[in-house]
Parts: sequence; structure tokens; C-alpha cells
Amino acid sequence: MNDQAINMIAQAPPGSSLWRDAWHRLKRNRLALFGLAVLSFFILIALLTPWIAPYGYADQNLDLGASPPSAEHWLGTDVFGRDLLTQIMYGGRISLAVGFVATSVALLIGVTWGAIAGYVGGRVDAAMMRMVDILYALPFMIFIVLLMVVFGRNLILLFLAIGAVEWLTMARIMRSQVQTLRQQEFVEAAISIGLPASTIVRRHLIPNALGPIIVYTTLTIPSVMLLEAFLSFLGLGVQPPQTSWGLLISYGAETMEEYPWLLIFPGLALTLTLFSLNFLGDGLRDALDVRGAGD
Amino acid sequence: MWRFIGIRLLQAIPVIIAVVTVTFFLVRVAPGGPFDGEKAVMPEVKAALEAQYRLDQPMLQQYAAYMGDLARGDLGPSFKYPGRSVNELIAAGLPVTAELGLYALLVAVIIGGLAGVIASLKPNTAQDYIPMSAAMIGICMPSFLLGPILLLVFGIYLEWLPVSGWGDIPGDKILPAITLGSTYAAYIARLSRAGMLEVLNQDYIRTARAKGLPEWQIVVKHGLRGGMIPVVAFLGPAFAGVLAGSFVVETIFQIPGLGRFYVQAAFNRDYTMILGTTVFLSTLIVLFNLLSDILAAWMNPRLRAQFGKR
Amino acid sequence: MLQVENLSVSFHTRMGSTQAVDNVSFGVESGKITAIIGESGSGKSVACYSLLGLVPCPPGRIDSGTALFEGTDLLALSEHELRAIRGRDIAMVFQDPMTCLNPYMTIGKQLMEPLMYHQGVSTAQARTRALELMQEVGIRDPESTFDNFPHQFSGGMRQRVMIAMALINQPKLLIADEPTTALDVTIQAQILQLLADLQTRHDIGIIFISHDLSVVADIADDIIVMEKGRVVESGNRDAIFETPSHPYTQKLLAAIPTGHKDSAASTADPLLRVNNLCTWFGEGDKTVKAVDDVSFNILHGEVLGLVGESGSGKSTIGRSLLRLVPATSGTITFDDIEVTQLSARPMKDLRRRMQIIFQDPFASLNPRMTVHDTLAEPLLLHGIVNRKNVSQAILKLMDDVGLARDVARKYPHEFSGGQRQRIAIGRALATRPEFVVADEPVSALDVTIQAQILQLMLELGKEYGLTMLFISHDLAVVREVADRILVLYQGKIVEEARSEALFTDAKDAYTQRLLQAIPGRSLLTGIS
Repeated sequence: MNDQAINMIAQAPPGSSLWRDAWHRLKRNRLALFGLAVLSFFILIALLTPWIAPYGYADQNLDLGASPPSAEHWLGTDVFGRDLLTQIMYGGRISLAVGFVATSVALLIGVTWGAIAGYVGGRVDAAMMRMVDILYALPFMIFIVLLMVVFGRNLILLFLAIGAVEWLTMARIMRSQVQTLRQQEFVEAAISIGLPASTIVRRHLIPNALGPIIVYTTLTIPSVMLLEAFLSFLGLGVQPPQTSWGLLISYGAETMEEYPWLLIFPGLALTLTLFSLNFLGDGLRDALDVRGAGD
Repeated sequence: MWRFIGIRLLQAIPVIIAVVTVTFFLVRVAPGGPFDGEKAVMPEVKAALEAQYRLDQPMLQQYAAYMGDLARGDLGPSFKYPGRSVNELIAAGLPVTAELGLYALLVAVIIGGLAGVIASLKPNTAQDYIPMSAAMIGICMPSFLLGPILLLVFGIYLEWLPVSGWGDIPGDKILPAITLGSTYAAYIARLSRAGMLEVLNQDYIRTARAKGLPEWQIVVKHGLRGGMIPVVAFLGPAFAGVLAGSFVVETIFQIPGLGRFYVQAAFNRDYTMILGTTVFLSTLIVLFNLLSDILAAWMNPRLRAQFGKR
Repeated sequence: MLQVENLSVSFHTRMGSTQAVDNVSFGVESGKITAIIGESGSGKSVACYSLLGLVPCPPGRIDSGTALFEGTDLLALSEHELRAIRGRDIAMVFQDPMTCLNPYMTIGKQLMEPLMYHQGVSTAQARTRALELMQEVGIRDPESTFDNFPHQFSGGMRQRVMIAMALINQPKLLIADEPTTALDVTIQAQILQLLADLQTRHDIGIIFISHDLSVVADIADDIIVMEKGRVVESGNRDAIFETPSHPYTQKLLAAIPTGHKDSAASTADPLLRVNNLCTWFGEGDKTVKAVDDVSFNILHGEVLGLVGESGSGKSTIGRSLLRLVPATSGTITFDDIEVTQLSARPMKDLRRRMQIIFQDPFASLNPRMTVHDTLAEPLLLHGIVNRKNVSQAILKLMDDVGLARDVARKYPHEFSGGQRQRIAIGRALATRPEFVVADEPVSALDVTIQAQILQLMLELGKEYGLTMLFISHDLAVVREVADRILVLYQGKIVEEARSEALFTDAKDAYTQRLLQAIPGRSLLTGIS
């Protein structure tokens, strides 16, 4: 009889979960799929760069100088005769790393902060969100510039500084999510069953709050990458010998009259990545039916 | 309403004080004094300089003195340009940056708002896709990339527009304004589209249709006000973004504005200049945020009424 | 005045096509109230909206039909021509007065708008006319409220504004789409009265769209019954109520709660004792006394009805009993256990014994959990069964609440409202509780489904030996299920009586008002 009951349930036709529905919707969105494909491709290349880059990172060919795209150097070379493709590949590692690491920092702080404020509520919530409000009013862009000027151009500091800005929105989204969900009757039902708070958070709150967080995370990565490129362009971000797309664009802009490819290809790499992330983010927003995140 | 403004103003004051304090101590604890870079400065000259800039006093005293100066609107002397005060330098750069920022915001609001509203009228048709794709390009094409490209195409290849300067040759303000405004035009387009779509799906729009009003009246009279509130609330952050963006745009187009001063000061480690500009810009941003908040709240009768009672 | 023939409307989206209105014909006479009745998805609103070009196309499409309004075919008119009729000859009133008025515009402006647009009168004239109408629809002190915004009005007053706005051009036909559904019972009665009065005074035709036969029982002249996009029956009011011919009409009539529960006075001991319960929200001068010094008992095995309008604090009482909201003061004693002061562990044990069923079956189920997981959660948590036997227990539970066995692995969004409510009931009964709070368990459901779920709850109540607190705004429903009834008004109990006594011999003025306001009062059995 037991086995029979288990079999009956196991053989019942499976329902379609919201995640599966979302995936089906995402699959129909060509732009989002394109974004996902391009992004995966770039990430793969970034991971494999040390092994697949056509030239060494520091290889120079001063005799060659800046040369347009050719069979040997697909994207041309810079003024020191360095292969541009190689430069872009190594630069991409830094740009993507900044994007993902700083976003993770923001995600970690923001989600924790927002979840606690939203779940505990009352005075704790008021105090925590008041702090977020005050930080929100600070002109952070200028602060980051200041920070980079004062403490030197340090990659770790860059991660932290950018992460420190972006977590605010994340905290707000997470808090409003948790607050909305907490008032939902299924959470009340879970309380009335007698579930401990930790299980309620794990089983009922987090899976339902995940959609907006995923969407907003996807949309935060491009804005973080932009911030890094912006700082690097001003000479306040990544420093040689390291490089990033922002830095390459900055060099390219200096010599664009004579060697336009030095501007165009790094610019293309950055723009394409930003496009992909934004398309994917918008696609996820539609697929997960998330309203209001990221706009 | 006045109470709302009062409360917001009171809230802005601690923010500004916090900005000044943090900036002040950040700059003071920075490794390397401002005159360390000069190799050939004699000790007594250096001491004299430090005395002039109050660097020989204890830090808290410096802070108190600085706050005192600030209260009188005095941002102190520049480290790098002896004899010139930060006030003078800001006064020189501000008009240019203000004009550039104003044009950029105008570009952003007019083009972005129009594109967003047009797109929202026929969602998921060409009328929606075309402006929204343009907006996506605007978001993914940052000013430091768009600037050089516009410069290359319209300035160098086509030779239609001047490549640098501000107010010297007719038309030299066009490219910088577009470059600086484009990103925000894109954001505003997306915001106003989302806002309008939200409003146009409301029941009261159906009521307006049932009254027999023509479509344009429905959009203008009943739709715009609610749909534009998010855009108005975004003006504050957009202003902050435009100011920061002016660092880049003024560098690219060699415009003698505040942004370029700031970047130069950063490289020169002109601490009083950095400090002064940061304080000035931050205050400006906080105030502008306040303004756009108040405006957005004022547009919502429910909020307006809530704070109307004294 | 209006003759609709062979109207078909369909919707086409990427998800597929649906025939919302299928070959519908009906007529509306001037000077009469014609009710169109149907449950959700019956196409009653779409049919009327399509006449005025208010169905968004695409995704909608009018496939065929004619609609002669005073000799003109509305469906053949251009948008431009139709616009001249909308709001002038045919006006509309919508369901939710909270969302149907523009929150950014003063109601005066909104009132004058149709008049000024259609008749081009001056602002001064429009203002005079608007003030007259405000007076007529019962808005007190029109002069001083003219420049107010909608949020400064209550729901009932907003609906009066909507009605004034619809009448301002003296239309010949008024289409009212569920105009009282979002309102409290007493307000509903006022608005129904107002509509009936205006109809006679202005001699206009009214189409009254509703899901609820009892609402139109007292005011409709003719009734059209729709089901799944088709008109299944139409006729005058008496014919429909007395000699319904179509089985669906009969089913709808049967679903109207009219009866009362036969119960003898119970002599059982109280299971639950509530003394001086207060539940307040907020602090200082913003304190809302949602529940204010309430005392009552619930006896073993009885169903206690708790009736009140929105804001009366009835849901808060239910939630306070289960400690879903903290009580501010007072005691709640369940089987000699003081609930308000209980520590975590005994509270968890107590939660097994008391459960809750919520109003909205869409919000009360975790969208990311299957039926199986939802039902397994309480069973496993309280160790009712072990993992090995859980499947079997779930199947038993699903049988009990009338769910097909093969839906165990489906997610909530794949079910209809009624089925979801069955899942929610199953979850509440999983732990075999002694006491259940049912918080408006059928108000979000269609009428026929409502009857089924009520039936199910009564049967299960008997089978499981439940004691129940049944919370509702609907006196007719409570009368069918409750042994005793508490009437709640602004956080206080104003009357407590045995069910039949309350209906025949109400003491409190507010209770009497509530009773008078019951829609379709004449249908209730056993009341003079």
C-alpha cells in the first residue's frame, strides 16, 4: 500500500514549476539568448586566455609599431607593436572580474542587509533603511574618484568601492521583496503550521525573492563594468602593467585619428558585453515577470 | 508641502556635514603630504608653506578651522596654484560646466522623454522597438566611448563640427552636450516608457476612454502626469551622473570646466582643490536630489496633501 | 433601444486563442434595468465593452455581429464616430471606484471633462451642472469638495462621483460593470438604491453587469444569464427567479445562500476563551485600534460566525487567536492553555491543534511548491506520519478535499481558484486540528464554486469534529454555516446571538442596518 501510494505520486504527471515556465519564456526571447551566448563565449575566453591568447601579454614588436588588422594580428597592434587581440583578452579578464566580483560584494551585503531589515521590521528596519537612505544621498561617483586619488589605484579597493555603492539598491529591492512576501498569506500559513523562522526564510521567502534578485544582479554587472571603465578612462582605475577595456579605450581615444582600430575594437568588446548583459537582464525580467527592478 | 520641504532640508544638512567630514579626513590621512612631490623645496620653505595652509596644527583644529571657513563660504587656497583660492577656480569653471550640464539634461529629458512616451503608445511594435533599441545603444555606449567616436566621425572624417573648445567656434557645444546627455536620454526613455505603460494600463485611463475623449487628450491629460513622476524623481541621480560625466566629456573635448579642473587636481594631488570641489559638487548634488524629490512629491496630490497639514 | 445580434469576440495571443463571446444576442429596453449575470470568464464584460470599442484590439477581435443602438450599428462605426457616442449617449460605471478615478486630477475637473468635451459648454456652466449632479447623487457639500482629489473620498463616495460623471451628459444608456462589488454591504445597498432612483428619474436604460444574482434580485427588470461566452437564458426577473429553464441558471440560483443551519443550543464547554482582547497597530496618535476590548467564547464543536464590514477588525481577531499578529492586551485561552504568553516550543505544539484557511487562494499557497510539498510540510513537521507513509497520507488528504490524485506534482498556478482553496483546506486539515479559523474562505470564489467549497467545509467539519471561527462580510453565507454569530463594528462586538435569533430579532441598530442591506434579502428563507 505504501509503495503503491508512492508510485501513484511519482507517476503523476509533473507540474510545470515557475522556474521551468520562466526558462521556456526566456528560450523564446532571441535577444536574451543571444546575450547569454555572447556572454558565455566571453567568459569562456576570459578563463582560457593564458592558454589561448595568440601572443604573450607583454610581447612587444617595436619595429612593427601600430599596424592595422592583418593575418598575423587579427585586430592589429598598438604603438608598441603589441597584439591588440591579446590585450583585449587580458583586459577582458580584469573588466569581467571587476563586474562579477564587485557585484558579488554588492549582492552579499545588500541581500543580507535588506533581508534582515525586511524580516525583523520595526525599529531595526527603520534604522537600517535610514542609513541606506543617507548613503543614497551621497554623491558616490565623486567619492569613488576621491578614494582612488587618495589611496592609489588598487584593484581590491576598486572592487570594494564599487560594491559599496551598488549594494544600496540591492538592499532596497531585497527589503521590499521580503516585506511583500512576509505579508503574503502563504507565509502566514507557514507560521500557523509552526515552521521555525529559518525554514520559513529558506523554503518560503528566498525561493520567491530570487527572481528580482537575479534580474537586478544581471543588470548590476554592466553598470559596475561601466563604472570601472569610466575610472580607468580617467586614469583612476586599473593601472599598467594591468589593463582593462576602459584603459584600452582611453589609449585608443588618444591615438584615434591615426589608429582608429585601437579605439574601435576595445570599444566593441565592452559594448557587446554590456549589450549581452542588458539583453539577458531584460529577458530575465520578462521571463520571471519581475516588475520595477533595475529601472 | 512646506513641512515636507522642511523635513527634507533638515535631512540634507547631516548628509552634507558627513560628506565634508569624510572628505576632509580622507584627504588628510592620504599617504604623502601635498608638498612631498616637490623635490627641491627647502625645509624652511616647506614649513612656511605648511604654516600657511595650517598643516602644522593638530588635525581636529584644522578641521574646526576648515568648517569655520566653510560656513563663511570660503573653500581655502589652492595648493598648486599659489595665490589663487579654490573659490576663484570653481567660479571660473562652474559657468562652463553648468551650461554643459544644462544642455545635456535638456537633451536627456526632451529626447528621452519623447522617445519613451512614443514607444509606450504602441508597445511591442516598430514604434516601440526602434526608440527602445536606440535607448539600449545609449546605455551600452558610455560617454567615454561615444565622445571619441562622435568626434572621429563628425569632427575629423566629416568635418561638420569642431572637435574641441567651448564657445570659441559656433557649434562646438553640440557634440559635448550630446555625448554627455545620451546615456541619460536612454535611461529617461526607458523610465518614461515604463512609467507611461504602467499608467496607461490603469483603470482610470479606461474611464477616460469611456468618456469619449480622443486618444491624445487621454495621453496628455490623464497619462503624462503619473507617467512622468519616475522621470522627475530620476532627475536628481541624473544630475549627479551628468556632473561626474562632465569629468570625462570635458577631458575629451578639452573644455575648461569644473570637471577638468577636478581631474587635474586629482592628478596634481591638489588637496584643497579636491576637497573644495568635492564639497561643492556634493552639496550641489544633494540639493538637486532634494529638488527632484520635492518636485516628484508635489506632483502626487496624495503626498502633497499628507504634508500639507501642519 | 439596443439590440445586439450574433456578437462574437475572440482574443488572440501567442499563448493561443479564446472565444470570449460566442454568438451572443440580446436586447435592452429603454427605461429598464437589464442585468447581465455570469461568473468570471463568462464574457459578460467583454460583450458590453466591445459595443463601445473598449476592448483592446489586438489581442481582441470582434469576429461578427451587429449592435443597433437607436438605429445605428455601433460595431460598424469608426473609432471617431464611436467616440461621439461614448460618454454622451452611452456612459459607463466601473467596478473599482478606487482605481477608476484619476488620482492626479480633482474630481471637479474629472466631472466637467465629458460635459465640456462633448457639448463644448463653458467652465462656469459645466461647474454649475457638475455641482447639481453631485448634489443629486448624494455627495454632501459639493462646493467645498469640488476641488478635492479622489483619495480624499471614501469608496462609496467615489462610486457616487463615478455615477455623476456618467450621468452628466444625460446619456440614454448606462452600462454599470459590477458597480457595487468592491463596496461594503451597507454601501452597496445605498448605491443600488441610488441607481434605481436615478433610473426612474432620468428614464434611462441601465445594463447592470454582475456575477451575483442576489445583488440584482431587487432592482433588475430583465435578466440575461451568460456562461462561457454564450447567453444561456434571458427573460424578465420573475421568470428567471421562479421558473428558470436552463440548468446553469438553476445551478446559479441554487448556489445563492438562502438557508440557515439547523442547530440546537449547545451545552458543550468552551474550547476557546477570549477575554478583553485588544490588538492595536501603530503608536502615539497614529494608533489604530483594530480590535478593541473584545471578549467571547467558542464552544467545543460549534461554528461561530464573525461578521463585519471592511475595517471592522474581524480578520485581525482571527489572526490574533493564532498569534499571527501579537495581541496588545487581553487573554486567549485555548483548552486551558494561555496562548498569548506561550513560549516557542509549546506554541509549536499548539499550532498543530489550531489552523487557518485564508481568503485569497492565490496568495495563500507558495507558488514554488507542488501540492505534494505543500501538504507534506505540516505532516512531516509535526511528525503526524513518517517519510515512508507521507505519500499515502497526502493521497488520503487529497481524496478528502476532493482533489484528483494525479495532480500531486502540480504547482498552484496550474489550478483554478476553487481547486486552490481545496489545497489550502487540505493543508489546514493535515495536522488534524481541533480548531480552524476560516477567514472569508469563499469570498474570492465564483458563486457556484462558493457553494461547493462551503458544502465541503461543512462536511469536513463534521468528519474531523472541528470547532470553527467563520469570518465573513456576507451575512447570508454565515447564516448557512454558523451556530452563533458575533457582529463586529469598528473593533468592538456590537451583538452576539444565536444564528436564527439574529435574523429574526436583531437588537443592535448596526446589526439591523446590516440585515437590511443583505442583497436579495427577499430570497432568504424563514425571514418575514
